[in-house]
Amino acid sequence: MQIYLPIAEVSVNAFLLLGLGGIVGILSGMFGVGGGFLMTPLLFFIGIPPAVAVATEANQIVASSFSGVLAHFKRKTVDFRMGTVLLIGGLIGSALGIVIFNYLRSLGQVDLLVRLCYVVFLGIIGGLMFMESLRAIRKSNAGAPVPTRRRHNWVHNLPFKMKFRVSGLYISVIPPVLVGVAVGILAAIMGVGGGFIMVPAMIYLLGMPTKVVVGTSLFQIIFVTAFTTMLHATTNYTVDVVLAVLLLIGGVIGAQVGTRIGVRMKAEQLRILLAIMVLAVCGKLALDLLLEPSELYSIGSAGGH
Amino acid sequence: MRLLLALSLLLLAALPGRAEEIVLGLSKDEVAITATFDGSDILIFGAIKRDEPAPTESDLGVIVTVAGPYEAVTVRRKERRFGIWVNTESVDIDVAPSFYAVATNRPLDEILTDDEDVATRISTGRAIRSVGPSETGSDNFSDALIRIREESRLYQTLSDGVWVKDNTLFRTLISLPANLTEGDYVAEIYLTRDGEVIDLYTTEIPVKKVGLERWLYNLAHENAVLYGLMSLAIAIAAGWGASAVFSLFRR
Repeated sequence: MQIYLPIAEVSVNAFLLLGLGGIVGILSGMFGVGGGFLMTPLLFFIGIPPAVAVATEANQIVASSFSGVLAHFKRKTVDFRMGTVLLIGGLIGSALGIVIFNYLRSLGQVDLLVRLCYVVFLGIIGGLMFMESLRAIRKSNAGAPVPTRRRHNWVHNLPFKMKFRVSGLYISVIPPVLVGVAVGILAAIMGVGGGFIMVPAMIYLLGMPTKVVVGTSLFQIIFVTAFTTMLHATTNYTVDVVLAVLLLIGGVIGAQVGTRIGVRMKAEQLRILLAIMVLAVCGKLALDLLLEPSELYSIGSAGGH
Repeated sequence: MRLLLALSLLLLAALPGRAEEIVLGLSKDEVAITATFDGSDILIFGAIKRDEPAPTESDLGVIVTVAGPYEAVTVRRKERRFGIWVNTESVDIDVAPSFYAVATNRPLDEILTDDEDVATRISTGRAIRSVGPSETGSDNFSDALIRIREESRLYQTLSDGVWVKDNTLFRTLISLPANLTEGDYVAEIYLTRDGEVIDLYTTEIPVKKVGLERWLYNLAHENAVLYGLMSLAIAIAAGWGASAVFSLFRR
């Protein structure tokens, strides 16, 4: 069944969108990631204009994060204080990101920027994850204990210290604000929640306990992506609500299925699978940039000067 | 463009004794883009009205063009920079139809002289224009525009797309693809003898989004804040709903 998307102005198969939403939903349920970093490139591949894909994906992430954070509210694993500090950074970053996005859009370079960001970040994260899980698998086979991480680093010597009770931390607000800014910029440019950057940063840089990390990052992501959605909707008119709804339906069902599959698999296996998938998407995008395209010309609307 | 048409119409009317005139019919007066819009076919048919028997010494040409709204576009070219392919040069094309189909009963160059083509801008290459000084190599850019739009069926050249019977009846089928832009589409039917235009008939076919599509598009552009809030409300409701249903299953 073909469906005409009113904002993207393209006609696509509704079942294809439901299916994509479902598959990405399953993966995000299995691995506990937002899935934005997979969905946005997939939307490029099926011919949704990148600007619409990025803006609409931000809207969809609001839904999946909201669904996720409710469970964390009940378990009281959200550090609201830390979340708010991250959020302040996130809103600043998001606004910056939109300015960069719109400037490059007027230069006709927004596709390049989005794709480059994807290749760089997916490459780094996928590579690190792959190596780390390989090491973990080897270690668990050898039966060696996992080394404990350093508790004190340069982060603890900065000014403007603040108490974060839920996380049990007394640290400067500068690093969390900076992490928030970085994630906000990425959210606006790449159409992702940024959990895949924020979660490692919270654990390794801020030293937060793992159990509050996911809930707190979801809490921050909801507001940053909601803000990004509003900015895209009011400055670029690129949020396609029909597209978002179709992806949502597939996504929420897929996430439930994925969670059940995820429970039955070993953590190391899951992580190595996710790493391979991230690297595959990264590789495809990198090839598109490196190989000579079959059509060197592209058409854009005029007036962006 | 309109002015040009009006002028040529006036010229045509001024010609002594229009021996042949077009009488036209359309299978639809307008095209509605609904949520399930998947392209549309328009049947354009008609007859040639004559006061006297059809001339036998010259060949009849029937040309049907359908043009979407004209707009300015920027065509960009990729080049390899630092090992990756990047948009570099760009050319602004001031006027290009968003959709353009030319259907003829015989190859266009056989039934239309080059001078007439310049005056009427019938062929796809002439329907596209860049006003101002033409930069070197800008031809490559307009060729690329035509090539890309031909691939997505937005530009069509149908050399034997018009069926003519007994030099009197004609019909053609124009397929509009699914990725249409809205606007007033203009259908023009030209009658030629020996490559000269002897009659022109112009009619408009409005293409517009209707129903939900119309409503959402208007809301997104005229009331962006409300539209954004609505999108967020839907997202949060869906997220909350999913979590509620999930916890029901768990019990």
